[in-house]
Amino acid sequence: MSSTRSIPDRLRSPIERNLKSWESLLLLVAVGIFIANSFASPYFLNAWNLSDATFNFTEKAMIAFAMALLIISGEIDLSVAAIIALASTAMGAAVQVGVGTPGLIFIGIAVGLLCGAFNGVLVTGLGLPSIVVTIGTMSLFRGLSFIILGDQAYRGYPPDFAFFGQGYVWWVISFELTLFAIIAVIYAVLLHMTNFGRAVYAIGNNSTGALFSGIRVGRIKFILFLLTGLMSGVAAICLTSRLGSTRPSIAFGWELEIVTMVVLGGVSILGGSGSIPGVVIAAFVMGLVTFGLGLLNVPGIVMSIVIGALLISVIALPRLWSMWRSA
Amino acid sequence: MQLEIRPNVSSRTAPDIDPLLSLSGITKTFPGVRALSDVSLKLFPGKVTALVGENGAGKSTVVKVLTGIYQPDEGGIRIGGQPVRFPTPQSAENAGVTAIHQETVLFDELSVAENIFLGHAPRSKFGLIDKKAMVARAREILSGIGAKIDPGATLKDLGTANKHLVAIARALSIDASVVIMDEPTAALSQKEIEELYELVENLKRQDKAIMFISHKFDEIFRIADFYTVYRDGQMIGEGAIEDVNEPELVKMMVGRDVSQIYPDRDHNIGDEVLAVEGYEHPTEFANIGFTLRRGEILGFYGLVGAGRSEFMQALFGITRPSGGSVAIDGASITIRSPAEAVASGIVYVPEDRGKQGAIGTLPIFQNVTLPSLARTSRYGFLKLAEEFKLAREYTERLDLRAASLDTNVNNLSGGNQQKVVIAKWLATQPKVIILDEPTKGIDVGSKAAVHEFMAELAAQGLAVIMVSSEIPEIVGMSDRVIVMREGRIEAELDRKDITPETLVTHAAGISEAVQ
Repeated sequence: MSSTRSIPDRLRSPIERNLKSWESLLLLVAVGIFIANSFASPYFLNAWNLSDATFNFTEKAMIAFAMALLIISGEIDLSVAAIIALASTAMGAAVQVGVGTPGLIFIGIAVGLLCGAFNGVLVTGLGLPSIVVTIGTMSLFRGLSFIILGDQAYRGYPPDFAFFGQGYVWWVISFELTLFAIIAVIYAVLLHMTNFGRAVYAIGNNSTGALFSGIRVGRIKFILFLLTGLMSGVAAICLTSRLGSTRPSIAFGWELEIVTMVVLGGVSILGGSGSIPGVVIAAFVMGLVTFGLGLLNVPGIVMSIVIGALLISVIALPRLWSMWRSA
Repeated sequence: MQLEIRPNVSSRTAPDIDPLLSLSGITKTFPGVRALSDVSLKLFPGKVTALVGENGAGKSTVVKVLTGIYQPDEGGIRIGGQPVRFPTPQSAENAGVTAIHQETVLFDELSVAENIFLGHAPRSKFGLIDKKAMVARAREILSGIGAKIDPGATLKDLGTANKHLVAIARALSIDASVVIMDEPTAALSQKEIEELYELVENLKRQDKAIMFISHKFDEIFRIADFYTVYRDGQMIGEGAIEDVNEPELVKMMVGRDVSQIYPDRDHNIGDEVLAVEGYEHPTEFANIGFTLRRGEILGFYGLVGAGRSEFMQALFGITRPSGGSVAIDGASITIRSPAEAVASGIVYVPEDRGKQGAIGTLPIFQNVTLPSLARTSRYGFLKLAEEFKLAREYTERLDLRAASLDTNVNNLSGGNQQKVVIAKWLATQPKVIILDEPTKGIDVGSKAAVHEFMAELAAQGLAVIMVSSEIPEIVGMSDRVIVMREGRIEAELDRKDITPETLVTHAAGISEAVQ
């Protein structure tokens, strides 16, 4: 048409953008907490103690990665902890009839996928709001565990099943920590480097616009629920293996800690933005805080107060900062 | 084409009575647009005045001036000869002006009575809402307009027509001497329309001055006593309804030279690319069938609510039709989702750019490549360099103005946002592009650019469907026009038959065509 003027690709380089990001701020917070912890307790800077500390977050973080994608797409799954309970109960019941370790893994993953598919069908098939659906299935899944187990516990897991929650790959590097790292990389690639990840962002920013751009919105959301269920199943295997027993109250209240981790990692609770590196750093921050407080013999209830205060202050700080700057 | 234009010709009938409300010399300017330019209007007690004009003639603006929503730049309002000012909607209500808008905002979760009296509910002596009095007054008003609605019912349980009656009741709950009705029958069935006519007669007997806006000529001639015609924000004529006929009104509405600003183009029409047969939907449209050829621009004209956008969205796979078939290049296809439509080569530029067209909070390049990611990636992995290349190619063809391709679409002007949406679809190399109100709300310069580009696309062999409510655009751009009315095809017009008059008469469903 008229003379072609070149529009530059970008004005800011990706490096510059990363430096000014939420993730870099969070990394500073993590380093600060690490230094504070090492002054607060003489037992902190010990390789085995640090390794133990990672168990505080590895299982939750596996689910948090899938949850991050789900929240970025504008949905949420509050039934994840209940899926752990149901999957663990199913594995425990299978142990009673003599199922071996490979069978248990299959059952854990299958229950996770089925629960995820159930949530996904209700949300994408019937168009129900995910927060309501998953509050419902949260009660449903854990209720099933309670009916099956009552006040009993399943024990007697085969010895080789213990590896998933208690085994070490090399020196102080546990199997769980390794799995956490692998899953983090997979989700980071999936979200940040694939067409699928781009579609997740598009849906979260404007799902109508995404639909009108030819994105299969329903299918992608269904896959996200499936992935969240799958990760809950995997976490159930690790947690059950680590504890060596199943009670219906297993992983009680984890859904809130997982959502906290995701939001702390910079994922907008309204959908549309966030990153996997952010969630990884948030996982470490939460692990370090709980571990540090544990070393100082702070009781659990105080820990949850601290985590809550941390979440609110980290979320509020940037808002206060911009209010102060514009004032 | 040159129509006979006779400005201010027919003010021959000055009625003997004095107007209850009069506007004179009203001018209202918005950035880049002069919405009203020195217009006047008179409303008489016990009489109905019809305000007539095309979309964009300034009818809604004048309603907003009369109800205190807009402040005129120049000109004055008089009620009973006394000059008045309406700085707020409240002040217009206090002066006795009430309006039934096209789309009244009602509250689904509140009761009928609460909806009617929201903001001016009767109070008890403690300052609380006097519920008993409110329900009683609501019942009175509702029965006064012949509506059989329980004032205690929750609004969301009512059908569309009854909701509209509640909106009317709300307007009448204000003790008004001037009642403005902005297309009050658009959402009503024939029986309810008859009841509305009775209500209007009733209001006339109470000596209220009524302003009636409608696109339907039959009802204008049935209930109006006087008419006023606006075109492009200017006053064209006024008079008694018995002194005018339909053709004269149509001519006053549309009369203008429309062929100048549109690009000249060759009409190289090729093979048939799209064939639609018997498309229907339970509520929105029925029996839609047509063909489209390469290089052709097919206009879809109709009044707001004629079912054009609803049909286009079904063709694009947003909604499911209940019957019908589509063929592309002679091969029958099924479209169950936009993804399938895009894969078959049908793309849709929606009317609602902000919500449906673009993803405003994502950068330009990501918007452009979103439907084409399969081509810019390898094994499902993004290749940013390829994305930027594709985005650059198409945005430069459209002469997009932006700081960078990484800029969020929200930061662009309306015209440039539209260019991003069009670039997104051209990058998919479609066979058929549907443009729904492509120039709505964009500035004149971008408008011309979109028209020019549309002509260029057709010249390159793309088949274009253009939904538009702007008569000049339809006349200036289309090779062929389909006029829709109430969900059906009313007429199909060839190039030589496309005139403002034929469009308006078919869209309004006037039986004998006006020549």
